[in-house]
Amino acid sequence: MEKPAAIITAKNLTKEYGTLKAVNDVNFKIQPGTCYGFLGPNGAGKTTVMRMIYCVTPLTSGILTVNSENVMENMSAVKRGIGVVTQDDSLDYDLNVINNLLVYARYYDLTREQAVRRANELIEFFQLEEKRDKNVRTLSGGMKRRLQIARALINKPSILILDEPSTGLDPQARHHVWAKCHELIEQGVTLLLTTHYMDEAEQLCDRIAVMDQGKIIKEASPWDLIKSEVSPYVVEIRGEEQARQKILSAVSDQIDFHEELSDRLLLYTPDATPLHAHIQDMNIPVKTLLSRRSSLEDVFLKLTGRELID
Amino acid sequence: MAALRVWQRNATVYKRTWKLNILPNFFEPFLYLLGMGLGLGAYITEMEGLPYINFIAPGLLISSIMWGATLETTYNVFVKMNFDRIYDGILSTPVNPKDLALGELFWGATRGTIYGGAFLSILFVFGMGLHWGILLIFPLIFIIGFMFATIGLLFTSMIKEIELFNYFFTLFLTPLFLFSGIFFPMSQLPQAVQIIAWFTPLYHGVELSRGIFNQVWSLELLEHLGWIIAVTLLNTIVVLRAIHKRLYN
Repeated sequence: MEKPAAIITAKNLTKEYGTLKAVNDVNFKIQPGTCYGFLGPNGAGKTTVMRMIYCVTPLTSGILTVNSENVMENMSAVKRGIGVVTQDDSLDYDLNVINNLLVYARYYDLTREQAVRRANELIEFFQLEEKRDKNVRTLSGGMKRRLQIARALINKPSILILDEPSTGLDPQARHHVWAKCHELIEQGVTLLLTTHYMDEAEQLCDRIAVMDQGKIIKEASPWDLIKSEVSPYVVEIRGEEQARQKILSAVSDQIDFHEELSDRLLLYTPDATPLHAHIQDMNIPVKTLLSRRSSLEDVFLKLTGRELID
Repeated sequence: MAALRVWQRNATVYKRTWKLNILPNFFEPFLYLLGMGLGLGAYITEMEGLPYINFIAPGLLISSIMWGATLETTYNVFVKMNFDRIYDGILSTPVNPKDLALGELFWGATRGTIYGGAFLSILFVFGMGLHWGILLIFPLIFIIGFMFATIGLLFTSMIKEIELFNYFFTLFLTPLFLFSGIFFPMSQLPQAVQIIAWFTPLYHGVELSRGIFNQVWSLELLEHLGWIIAVTLLNTIVVLRAIHKRLYN
């Protein structure tokens, strides 16, 4: 079956600030109706890629096409098809909830009736009815994020960009946002998100690009990333250095590879149960011994390094 | 069209607070006319053949437009751009930085016009400018407002710290206010100051306004008008580019 044409295509995308290469020769294609995630530590270039897509940052070089329009040539047309939820909340604090939506609708040249109808739909969809006439300041963090997403959808965009959509939200609010994202994908909206929460990426994304220092270092589906970069299971051991070494040398033929951290030993294996049992039988005193499925977080840390970045 | 959207956004916000906002605009001319016209006017009975209050009123009107328009495109724009992140939200819609800047200029001109309109209405109450020639003052108020909006926005586009506006107001606007011929004729000042004054914006507005109020129709008025229009157009081009550069990077 032939793949549908990509909705966003980046070719040798580069952004330089002076001598700093914030985005360095990046290529990707995003299929319509999917959720595509950019994953990476702070300063990896995720937000800069987003900003180039929604035309608030010019390219230094390369070609970026969105909905068949070149972002450097027809900015307004590109932006008409995109809804944006920025990382820092950019709501209009001089206006109440409903006016945030109505004033925003005007930027897209919606008529008054269209705007009112759409705003009411969105207020209902995001369960903000009670706050309709309240000042934005009175909203909780989760409500503000929902309002921002609602506002981004006012023009029925084919692409929704979410820059760290659940940062700073409590678990209930995060799940609510994710549920809404799933509904939007079902409605055919292409979702583009940046995150450094692995569970968020696993929950939402069809494909993931892992970015580090301005480059995409891996691109695949979440499951393929886990399969190709780490083994399906991890056995984690916390304890004395000596004990960890003893275990490692005893089981080294039963594992795919291992990682030594300052306080932990991670053993990657295709099957955790026999390895776990084996280590228990060795009767070496350790603080904790646990087995779990490996996650995108392991992939991420393996690819971008476990040291603090700043 | 997109610039209009930005203007409308500001109008929507203003609609909520205008009743509170507008009162001082009526008190200000009252205080000036009472304090300076009647107080100082008791000592200075005549200036260039006019009662002192009639001499200063046309210039004060123009200065009130200056304060109104620049306040809007300095502090208010700075806060929207840097603190409230309102522009981040606007620029991710089809509105581009130049549209945004143009909308803010028209809004600054509108605020200047509101200041000027309030001032003018009080002058009418005092019986000044009640003749047909005064109709010319209405377009002038808007043009002066637009000119000062571009001047304020240009300064805003250059600075990164809000404290720097103190310099703009104290070292630029206040000297303009004092040395543009509002309170005494420019001919009293040394030649060098008069030449400098020719290059400053408020002076031309004051001369035009006084000519209109006192119905002294001379070709010099066209020179002043030409100066104002030329500077406004030039400044608009410069400031649109500056804001584009600041917000698209």
